Amino acid sequence: MSSESDSYLDLTNVGLNYRTKQVLANISFSLRRGEIGCLLGPSGCGKTSLLRAIAGFESVSSGGITLNNNSISRVGYSLSPEQRQIGMVFQDYALFPHLNVIDNIRFGLHQLPTQQANERALYFLERIGLVDKEMAMPHELSGGEQQRVALARALAPQPDLLLLDEPFSNLDVDLRESLGKEVRSLLKQTQTTAVMVTHDQHEAFAIADSIGVLRDGALLQWDSAYAIYHQPVNAFVADFVGQGVMLQGTMISLTEVKTTLGCFERKVIAGVDDLIHIGDRVKVLIRPDDIIHQDNSALKAKVIARHFRGAVFLYTLELENKEQVLALVPSHHDHAINEWIGIRLEIDHVVVFK
Amino acid sequence: MIDFKRFSVWQFFLVIMSLPTALALVGVLTSWFNLDEALLSHLFQYVLPSALFNTVSLVIVVVMMTALIGVTSAWLTTICDFPGRRFFVWSLILPMAIPGYVMAFALVGALEYTGSLQTYARDSLGILAIFPEIKSFFGVALTLSLTLYPYTYLLVRNAFQTQGKRSLEVGQSLGLSARQSFFRVSLPLARPWIVGGSLLVIMETLADFGTVAVFNYDTLTSAIYKSWFSLFSFQSALQIASLLLMFVVVVSLLERQSRAKQNFSYQRGETEPSSRIVLSRVQGYLACLFCGCIFSIGFILPIGQLLAWAIPQLSLELTDQFWRYVIGSLSLSLLAMTIITGLALLLAFAARTEKGRLVNWAVRISTLGYALPGTVLAVGLLAPIAAIDHFLADIGFATPILQGSIVVMLLAYSVRFMAVAFSPIESNLLRVTPSIDSASRSLAVSGLGMLRRVHFPIIRVGVLTAMVLVFVDVMKELPITLMTRPFGFNTLAVRIYELSSEGLWQRAALPALAVVLVGLIPVIILMLRADKGQQS
Repeated sequence: MSSESDSYLDLTNVGLNYRTKQVLANISFSLRRGEIGCLLGPSGCGKTSLLRAIAGFESVSSGGITLNNNSISRVGYSLSPEQRQIGMVFQDYALFPHLNVIDNIRFGLHQLPTQQANERALYFLERIGLVDKEMAMPHELSGGEQQRVALARALAPQPDLLLLDEPFSNLDVDLRESLGKEVRSLLKQTQTTAVMVTHDQHEAFAIADSIGVLRDGALLQWDSAYAIYHQPVNAFVADFVGQGVMLQGTMISLTEVKTTLGCFERKVIAGVDDLIHIGDRVKVLIRPDDIIHQDNSALKAKVIARHFRGAVFLYTLELENKEQVLALVPSHHDHAINEWIGIRLEIDHVVVFK
Repeated sequence: MIDFKRFSVWQFFLVIMSLPTALALVGVLTSWFNLDEALLSHLFQYVLPSALFNTVSLVIVVVMMTALIGVTSAWLTTICDFPGRRFFVWSLILPMAIPGYVMAFALVGALEYTGSLQTYARDSLGILAIFPEIKSFFGVALTLSLTLYPYTYLLVRNAFQTQGKRSLEVGQSLGLSARQSFFRVSLPLARPWIVGGSLLVIMETLADFGTVAVFNYDTLTSAIYKSWFSLFSFQSALQIASLLLMFVVVVSLLERQSRAKQNFSYQRGETEPSSRIVLSRVQGYLACLFCGCIFSIGFILPIGQLLAWAIPQLSLELTDQFWRYVIGSLSLSLLAMTIITGLALLLAFAARTEKGRLVNWAVRISTLGYALPGTVLAVGLLAPIAAIDHFLADIGFATPILQGSIVVMLLAYSVRFMAVAFSPIESNLLRVTPSIDSASRSLAVSGLGMLRRVHFPIIRVGVLTAMVLVFVDVMKELPITLMTRPFGFNTLAVRIYELSSEGLWQRAALPALAVVLVGLIPVIILMLRADKGQQS
């Protein structure tokens, strides 16, 4: 069905309705085998519904989903979740409260002979580093440990696809980061294809090969993390992923935009930019890392707020025409509020929105 | 489409489940459409004034006594330390195991002028009267208070446990004496629990049938029974029932409200255990004396009296007839237990599968029966049952099918005890979150496999609790059994009632002890829980 021969999970124009309300429309993306995708969006954007549609807990109302070239969801047909071989890690972990750690991991291995099931469960118990907690009950585990058990339980039956629904949202920040790395390496080692849902861009950047940004049930952009950050397709994606501000600008040619900070050259992206014409008033995305602090620069801006972040300061700067930009500056450049400091621009990707 | 079909089956079931309760309520309320002038004026002139006055005054005094006993003993055993405290923590729950109709004749037997205790005092000690007349208003109130104060005690103990000594310390840090902070901080903080316990006591007092019968004290419940079985006016019975129902509705609405407040306060409460107030020597002995008195009169005395009656007669009383009552009671309780737990399981699963207003109402109505006094329920259910029998007769059945059959009795039990079975099952089923279902399905375990490997193991304790509670409640139940049993059908409870109303207390002692023994099971479970709470 898929035109790309190497794609493994394929969503084509997927739509989803609850009763009469449309929650998802026209979602299309694909993943290759072993790739990790991430659905990113604010709460209520439909990302969990999309995950549940892939898992088979919801039936699609338009379009279709194929996994390994088998159609698993299409209008009027939905392979039941228990037949899909799709593992899932839930936001609340959903460990079985009456089973200990090893029995939780072994739960999905009931089709294997006992000996083999035990070995497989033990293997994953080792992989998550909880051998000494084999007999512990779920309520005796910390949040991070429960999370690992949930992951092991989902991976043990070696599913064709693993889905993770906000897997780190109940953990504290430090743990999120370290566990994120662990999860990525475990998924890569087991060559598991996975789709994760999150509202946290850092999680998405840490784990995903490809990221999709959703808003109000529509997939705005499906791209690599780098492209999502540096070449967002619209102001929402730009604003949702990473920090940044919009400067007023005017198109002086199709490839050149003039702002208070100067003129910038940009690449025209076919399809996306068809609506921008010469003379249009536009918004230009300026990321904090686009602005470099240089004491002797002729271009000056006034510090109006500063946040100490250890290695760097995040300065909020005001330009002469009262527009504001953000700048990341090494923290030994300690400037006071209301001080005028020199800045220089280094923009690799000029992004312009109407 | 398949989903839709299942949807309607569960909904249909939910409606069926709430039907008996709804019918009983309608049966009671519609009695006013059928007025008989002569009977009504008889009711208003001779029956209702005294029954109403008796009921209301009994409720007031019992609530005051239970609150006094319950709050004091809860405070002493939870916050203070005195000799024997650890013993009283659990032993003060024990009177709960004795049904009111047993407590009543055991206490009267022990404490009346010709009773064992007073006779002993007169003959051996030369004391003429050590106790005021027991067969009095005071006697009824005391008996009911002794069987019912554990409700207040348990709830208020819970309140004091969660607020700990901290509330006292807060008061003291703001310049109040320990005494002042008890009355101005601790007690007001515990108010939702005190009110909750008292409202339960009011409901039980309104519903009581067996205790007042022993004292020949006429209340609304006995008026219902008498207008039916002595006056042979089913209509008047229903009309009195509707009056009682009014009280019950008000009280149970208040109870629901107070429970919401308990939840609120509980979340803010400090759960850390705090060191206890050590009472002075004299205070300690007084505390011990107080708890000792309650425990002696509420448990030792009635049980001692029952044993004193039963043991000499044992060989005479352990007849085939006695065992028939035992077997009758056991098999009835087992049957009711199986049916009610089964229905409660279905109800809990239906409520879990379906969401929405219809479900909430259906569950609320099906579990409403616990608030309805057995007498009200019995007469309320008989009206629609009689109507169904009329209909069956019209289409050609010769004799009444349902009236006087065990079906009516089981139906009444189901209405009355559905909540008892439903709440432990439901609270366990809440642990099975929707994502646990999804997790199981994503691991290729669904349908019956999921029921067997996930749902059942998680709710097992809840189901067992439900079974025990229903079993014991049916065993102790009196008015429903008395009023709806098939002709000639006897249980231990009915036997006790018959013997004690004929004044044959000695003979009633053995079946009474058997009922108390069964009643101890849930009390022991409660005590184990109270013990756990104490350790933490």
